[in-house]
Amino acid sequence: MLGYLLRRILAAVPVMGVVALFVFLLLRLTPGDPAAILAGDNATPERLERIRESLGLNEPLVVQFITWVNKLLHGDLGTSLISNLPVIKMIGQRVEPSISIALCTIVLAVIVAVPLGVIAAWKHGTWIDRFVMGLSVLGFSMPVFVVGYLLIQVFAIELRWVPVQGFRSIFNGFGPFFERMILPTCALSFIYIALIARMTRAAMLDVLGEDYVRTARAKGINEVAVMMRHALRNAAVPVITVIGTGFALLISGVVVTESVFNIPGIGRLTVDAVLARDYPVIQAMILLTSLIYVVVNLLIDVAYTLLDPRIRY
Amino acid sequence: MTNTILDINNLVVSIGKKPKGANIIDGISIQVRERETLCLVGESGSGKSVTSLTTMGLLPKGTLVPTGGSIKLVGEELLTATDRRLRQLRATKMAMIFQEPMTALNPVVPVGRQIDEVLRAHTSLDAKARKKRILDMMEQVRLPQVERIFASYPHRLSGGQRQRIMIAMALVLEPKLLIADEPTTALDVTTQKQILTLIRDLQRDHGTAVLFITHDMGVVAEIADRVAVMRQGRLVETGPLETVLRNPTMEYTRNLLSSVPSLVPRAPREETREPVVLEANELSKVYKERAFFGKGREVVAADKVTLTLRKGRTLGIVGESGSGKSTVARCIVRLIDPTSGGVRLAGREIADISRRLLQPHRQKIQIVFQDPYRSLNPRVTVGESIAEGPVNYGVAHGDAMKRARELLELVGLPADAVSRYPHQFSGGQRQRIAIARALALDPDVLVADEAVSALDVSVQAQVLELLDEIQKRLGIAILFITHDLRVAAQICDQVVVMQHGRVVEQGPAAEVLTHPKEAYTKALLDAAPGRNWDFANFRAVAQGVGATA
Repeated sequence: MLGYLLRRILAAVPVMGVVALFVFLLLRLTPGDPAAILAGDNATPERLERIRESLGLNEPLVVQFITWVNKLLHGDLGTSLISNLPVIKMIGQRVEPSISIALCTIVLAVIVAVPLGVIAAWKHGTWIDRFVMGLSVLGFSMPVFVVGYLLIQVFAIELRWVPVQGFRSIFNGFGPFFERMILPTCALSFIYIALIARMTRAAMLDVLGEDYVRTARAKGINEVAVMMRHALRNAAVPVITVIGTGFALLISGVVVTESVFNIPGIGRLTVDAVLARDYPVIQAMILLTSLIYVVVNLLIDVAYTLLDPRIRY
Repeated sequence: MTNTILDINNLVVSIGKKPKGANIIDGISIQVRERETLCLVGESGSGKSVTSLTTMGLLPKGTLVPTGGSIKLVGEELLTATDRRLRQLRATKMAMIFQEPMTALNPVVPVGRQIDEVLRAHTSLDAKARKKRILDMMEQVRLPQVERIFASYPHRLSGGQRQRIMIAMALVLEPKLLIADEPTTALDVTTQKQILTLIRDLQRDHGTAVLFITHDMGVVAEIADRVAVMRQGRLVETGPLETVLRNPTMEYTRNLLSSVPSLVPRAPREETREPVVLEANELSKVYKERAFFGKGREVVAADKVTLTLRKGRTLGIVGESGSGKSTVARCIVRLIDPTSGGVRLAGREIADISRRLLQPHRQKIQIVFQDPYRSLNPRVTVGESIAEGPVNYGVAHGDAMKRARELLELVGLPADAVSRYPHQFSGGQRQRIAIARALALDPDVLVADEAVSALDVSVQAQVLELLDEIQKRLGIAILFITHDLRVAAQICDQVVVMQHGRVVEQGPAAEVLTHPKEAYTKALLDAAPGRNWDFANFRAVAQGVGATA
């Protein structure tokens, strides 16, 4: 198992290498002078030269890449062109809210969606099944911002149960953090509940037709045990896959949610950076996103081996 | 007078919830007594599995519904019992083992825990007592190293071992009734023999009543006390084993028995001087498992296999699963590339030529696969399927379709079948279509890879007859891959016996199957179920004829 983990982590190195190369070339290979792009339309020649100098654009491409990667490995992601702050610091300040929303969303989605899917499959073809499926169609068709504003209207403005927007760090007390987390989490998890419930139901329906489920019933054990012990564990692999890829896709959902609830996360940071053409920040965000993808995929594969003894690498 | 354990009386099972659905089971009555094995025999669709599932209360909900009659287990009515009561009865009073040991066990739970579940559901024993009882039961089903197997996952065990686990699971609470639904059909003959003996012995020790479902007359002859023959949901005939085998009263039973191929090889045909059309020379296939780091694993699937086949002759490759017989067939047809060795097809070496150069030779060798339900494209008409090959080789579409019609008639189907789709045909008819498709290219060699194994005996007999007739008319050579020695005895001129990728013995069928020289061939013949019966002639095999080790 440990050897497998090690090999998988080693295998991730070339992937990240390719991503780094792509990110590096992103700036260098855009048509025109990168310095001119960075400086904007009204730049003086001196400013252009300064930018070239600071980015090392006068060196050969290979040397530039090596210097850049070397800095990267030392945690230096460059300096923002807008705020002049180190990029790593900017991301560090913004990462907590985003990670909080993403994790809360995925946990809530799994807790709600998996039982819904199991029940729908178990009661396949009945009104319960149709109700769950109807709910999931609704979940798919409601955009995050619509759900978000609806929730704000009802629970924050009308009922005044929770604050309208904003974010408090969990380190400043759980209560304020939790209060402000509920609505964004609910809004964002809507679509994931729909997705995971659907997938769970489909995977369960597949498994319920298997011979070993018939064997389990022939043993005379009760239906709950048949569902949980025999069916769900076998249906888990495709469900885990969806949860994993869903988590990776969450990043885009987080951007919208952060805007709706006015939360200072990396989603907003990215949007701002793109609008301002703050290339160092954009590069860092691409690297970070890829890293999350790679790690999540690694976790999914590890989960496979834990869930299914037949899968060995 | 022994007690009746299972009493099925005038049972009717219908399709669906709506009234007047078709009857799948139409008024059958059978009894199984203590210490008795009743074999329920019939071809596919006869309703034998539905009968057993109805008894266990395991019919798929809503699709099949018992609508009449009664099923009594030791006097207790099952059809009106609550779900709760049925759950209590399962595993304690009645238990079932299934056909596919490969899929009948949960792949993600160790087998010991799967047996333990039965004890946890139905007894109040503590963990230690349960484990002791399970290990004891596992020893009774003659599993080796029970402690190790207890903790193993199903995929670590062989098919035979899994079926032993299923039997242990079924019998651990000593039920009165054991229902065995084709429990040995998916197993090799040697394993089948062990499992049948095991069921017999356990039945004797525990006094269990066994309802044994099978399509295989050989198995019936081995294990049955009494036989019930089913057809299309009705009971055709019941009686003691000897009576049914020797003096069947009903026409259907007679036909069924006559269709069982004899283990006594047919009379050898004259030696032939026809040219050799197919030669395999020291053919080997090694599968290498590549590892990301470290050393890979090697599996030798075929090891220096040499064989020759003359025009108009049939060569059989027989062996159990994993013997490499299909690998050899696939290497010869070049569906997979052999690792080393040569294949000469009509005098031309084809083992190592490129796919492009191979193309003109492909039409000389064609293959028919085992499963007719999966080997024909469901979205393409039968005619297009047959014509596809010739069209690939430049025949005009119109001509190819005309030829398809002729071929369909040759294989005994109406010519207008060209415009129909595979799902409109039965398994046997589909296999005829697959044969017509193979013949469309006028091949010199026809490879039949377990081509009759998925078919019912009566259909099997017809397809074998068809192959024989086609061979006579077209002079085609047939390479016949089978695990079934009975089939091999009836169609092959020469046989090659394979084990672990190697050829163990080869020679004329009449010689190898009656006077085997190698121990493995002897063991195979010895394990063939019902070897002492000559079913087609309703008598025991005369001493001195057939397989004697």
